[in-house]
Amino acid sequence: MATFRQSVELTIPALRRYARALTRDADIADDLVQDTLVRALRSEHLFLGGDVRSWLYTILTNLNRNRLRSLSRRPSISSIEENDAPDMAGPESGARDIQRALASLVEDQRHALLLVVLEGLSYREVADVQGVPIGTVMSRLARARAQIKSFLDGERPALRRVK
Amino acid sequence: MTDRETHVTEDELHAFVDGELPADRRETVSAWLAGNPEQAALVAAWRAQADSIRARYGDVVNEPVPERLQLDRIIKNDITTARGGAWTSMAAAAVLLAFAAGGGAGWYARAATTPAPVAMAPVPAPAPIDTFTADALDAYKLYVVEVRHPVEVPGTEVGHMKQWLSKRVGHELNIPDLQSIGLKLVGGRLLPGPTGAAAFYMYEGPSGERFTIYCGKAGGPETALHFKSGGQFASFTWVDDKIGYVVSGPANRERLEAVTKTVYEQVDKTPEKKG
Repeated sequence: MATFRQSVELTIPALRRYARALTRDADIADDLVQDTLVRALRSEHLFLGGDVRSWLYTILTNLNRNRLRSLSRRPSISSIEENDAPDMAGPESGARDIQRALASLVEDQRHALLLVVLEGLSYREVADVQGVPIGTVMSRLARARAQIKSFLDGERPALRRVK
Repeated sequence: MTDRETHVTEDELHAFVDGELPADRRETVSAWLAGNPEQAALVAAWRAQADSIRARYGDVVNEPVPERLQLDRIIKNDITTARGGAWTSMAAAAVLLAFAAGGGAGWYARAATTPAPVAMAPVPAPAPIDTFTADALDAYKLYVVEVRHPVEVPGTEVGHMKQWLSKRVGHELNIPDLQSIGLKLVGGRLLPGPTGAAAFYMYEGPSGERFTIYCGKAGGPETALHFKSGGQFASFTWVDDKIGYVVSGPANRERLEAVTKTVYEQVDKTPEKKG
């Protein structure tokens, strides 16, 4: 029992990282992590071994999907804030670019890419988290990378002109 | 230049970048890239993307975990809230509230300072059947996608499962056998329900489609079958002898109705219902 909680506890920083990259908003990200932890702890008695970490990523991914579903019925607030932020030069502008590029992805692709690239999950683990075959994970990854590349390729000239 | 035998697919390039290729193949791809500058540039671009993502978000793990995410605090809050019987929609409510308040800050302040359960817990009332159905569908959606751990007790231990779940739910349960309509019992779980423990059984069809039965004590009166459809999923709910049942599955009404009918017949005619 203590081991279950310890595993959950050890995963919190990584869950925050994943959620932050998914939502691009620190408070919303922590809301998501909080909801994930509440669900996980309620089901503590259900967990008889296995990979706690993958399971937590699954819950968070599902909750994020639900969040976006309810969000799609409301006016978006986070996008306003993103557009209002001033463009910055130097390494900060690179960070902002990748943030925007991630925002341009379809949700399932964003989940897949971040789980692989940021969270270091294997294709097999991502397939379990997303509940799809490995082939689907790979095509989501491929599409995500192509989209980010074309997004960044399209943005770069604009930024040069600003300089 | 490209040798047909060493031809590399795009999938392999992704696997190469993500460290998913076996060592021998890695070398081949590496050598192949040396002679294919265009593909090499693509691989470099993907790596640069990954580096930017890690550079942008990697440091989050070094931030101190805020107090509201400490497990002790979450457990304490959750127990207080659960006592009010209102936790079911908490997760959804929290998210909606965050946006209604104009961003995450409103919810954060509220969660950190207000003893929220007081506001959310009026007189404990019997769980309306809607809450019951919502919980069941949540459980369906959460577990039906699970590949490795869809259930807690495998279907092969049905005897043990029946005994255990009956004890926890506080009612003699009958776990339906749906082989006659092509559904194999994957197994079951114990879940928290609106008014106590709930039993959750999962069945799987020949093409991997999954159906679940969620049942537990329900406060309301006996009801007829209620059909509820939510996009890809649907469910039939009814209350019989103070036990609520929710049969959930893919949104194919005809099939779900057939499954529900079989379940209904079996739980209804269980001779040991009254112990």
